[in-house]
Amino acid sequence: MTTSNTPRVPASGPEPPPAAPADDERPPTLVDRAQKLLHAQATLGPAAVLLITVVAFAVVAPNFLSPPNISLILQQTAVIGTLALGQTLIILTMGIDLSVGSIMVLCSIVMGRLSADAGVPGPVALLVGLACGMACGLVNGLLVTRVKLPPFIVTLGSLNIFFALNLWISRSETIRGADMSEVLLWTGQVVTVGGTRLTYGSLLMLLICAVLAYALHRTRWGRHVYATGDDKEAARLAGVRVDRVLLSVYVVAGLVYAVGAWILIGRIASASPQAGVMDNLDSITAVVLGGTSLFGGRGLIIGTVMGALIVGVCRNGLSLAGVDVLWQNFAVGVLVILAVSLDQWIRKARR
Amino acid sequence: MNQTSTGAVGRPAGPIGSAEPVLQAVGLVKRYGNVTALGGADLELYPGEILAVIGDNGAGKSSLIKALSGAIVPDAGEILVEGRPVRLPTPIAAREAGIETVHQSLAVSPSLDIATNLFLGRELRRPGVLGSVFRMLDRSRMRSEAARHLSELGIKTIQNPNQAVETLSGGQRQAVAVARAAAFGNRVVIMDEPTAALGVRESRAVLDLILRVRDSGLPVILISHNMPHVFEVADRVHVQRLGRRVATLDPSGCSMSDAVAVMTGALDPAELPAGALAPAYS
Ligand SMILES: Nc1ncnc2c1ncn2[C@@H]1O[C@H](COP(=O)(O)OP(=O)(O)OP(=O)(O)O)[C@@H](O)[C@H]1O
Ligand SMILES: [Mg+2]
Repeated sequence: MTTSNTPRVPASGPEPPPAAPADDERPPTLVDRAQKLLHAQATLGPAAVLLITVVAFAVVAPNFLSPPNISLILQQTAVIGTLALGQTLIILTMGIDLSVGSIMVLCSIVMGRLSADAGVPGPVALLVGLACGMACGLVNGLLVTRVKLPPFIVTLGSLNIFFALNLWISRSETIRGADMSEVLLWTGQVVTVGGTRLTYGSLLMLLICAVLAYALHRTRWGRHVYATGDDKEAARLAGVRVDRVLLSVYVVAGLVYAVGAWILIGRIASASPQAGVMDNLDSITAVVLGGTSLFGGRGLIIGTVMGALIVGVCRNGLSLAGVDVLWQNFAVGVLVILAVSLDQWIRKARR
Repeated sequence: MNQTSTGAVGRPAGPIGSAEPVLQAVGLVKRYGNVTALGGADLELYPGEILAVIGDNGAGKSSLIKALSGAIVPDAGEILVEGRPVRLPTPIAAREAGIETVHQSLAVSPSLDIATNLFLGRELRRPGVLGSVFRMLDRSRMRSEAARHLSELGIKTIQNPNQAVETLSGGQRQAVAVARAAAFGNRVVIMDEPTAALGVRESRAVLDLILRVRDSGLPVILISHNMPHVFEVADRVHVQRLGRRVATLDPSGCSMSDAVAVMTGALDPAELPAGALAPAYS
């Protein structure tokens, strides 16, 4: 870099350029203010929704707030939450990943088969599984950046490809946890933190959340992810290597999904080729509920964790209240549509 | 409309003469399908001058400067920086060659704050392990430097460099883009219609800024449709028409109406009065 950071222009300007804009004549209403506030504070909406759902279910279902149920919710959220964290990266770049679930299942099967049938040591099986996730992300990323296909189409195709590979490698059979290395099952082990029983899987999800939040907000890479999602051409002209950023986002997301696979193995104590079928849409739901805009460049990683908790709380609370799975899906569907409408409305606060 | 040579007084010694161009384009061609945006365009920018580029809509002004700033790759032709042929395949390559550009589209990221936008692609990291191992950005230093750049450029209506660019007015956004180019350019500053969205007072400030950039020794390419502005600040006026340069005028020897006539094709440059053509153009 040969540019210097010192201004080449002598000081003192006579007149300030760009004066304040002529503002709207009418005073802002309460609704306008709410819109502005939600726009400025992206986590406010998800936090409020999470609070409301928790309170509502606590009233409806007496067992809801019991420590065992809370740890159940956290375990149920760990897998979806991890997938949603990877999905957030892709949605921030104005993409979408429909292949999340397939990548996760493929990775869990690769880890399980290597450990149970090939006799590969646990840590090696784990590393190969993680590499498999990155390779899947690389395939998606190359198709998006080199072949210039829309992410929706790329991942719709790779969803089926990865799922087929998963059935082929697993021979459509579930691999029992008892046959696998302890290393792969570690994520299902329980630790007691402040009276709540948590699995290492839930803690791993929180760790990924913290690492990604740091990377997105405190490093150059993260700023470039936002800039690329915000306005790709503007970012390119401003000196961001947008294709490199996009490719890296798909690879990192693939790695995160593979960690999700590890958490999944611990959670269900096996590797099943049919696990995580509903997880594609639930991960997108969590991201959207978490306040990340489907139009790119806006959103926070912490919001995604809240979004995943909202999905987890709703599914858990509804089943505690004895509601059929059918209506659970119905409720989650309604939530998504509401969340996207809210996102559209908040975006209008941009001038 | 014919106080032609007001800006000529007090200008530093003419940029033209023995000097070698800082930036030169030779025979640039750029086609989009069967539209020819550039049909063999030439341009020379000399040290310490303001070169205005004028031309009708679609004359290829933006295409020309996009080629010079690495935003597009021309189909044919050559670009030379200080006499050496260079390839500018990306905006980053142009930036590394010391060429900073304010694009007509501004190229700012709306959801990011002003400081992040100013430092996009050249972020500062924290000193020590935090920066080298943990890649941590030095946000407070970028903020304070952004505030300093803005105030040094006379941009006083933006109080807070943490403000997201989408919360700024169109003119303020333009000011951020101009500030970025002026603060970091170290060989050439290119501005594509930097005053298009600005009011009278704001335009004045940008013109003063352009003059200050020139006086600090950096040559400037200014694209504008505003003839009084062009004639006030430019040392030479490059006239672009149908994808090519048709003439380079000396604003002190030529009237605005002549310039407009050449620009629209109503007047052949050969019929201009003596002294209207800038000496560098043969
Ligand atoms: N990306 C593109 N795709 C197709 N055609 C283009 C593209 N960019 C420019 N052109 C065409 O090239 C020609 C020159 O465009 P250019 O933007 O360089 O003009 P300009 O002189 O900057 O005009 P203006 O004064 O309106 O900014 C126009 O006919 C335009 O339609
Ligand atoms: Mg233009």
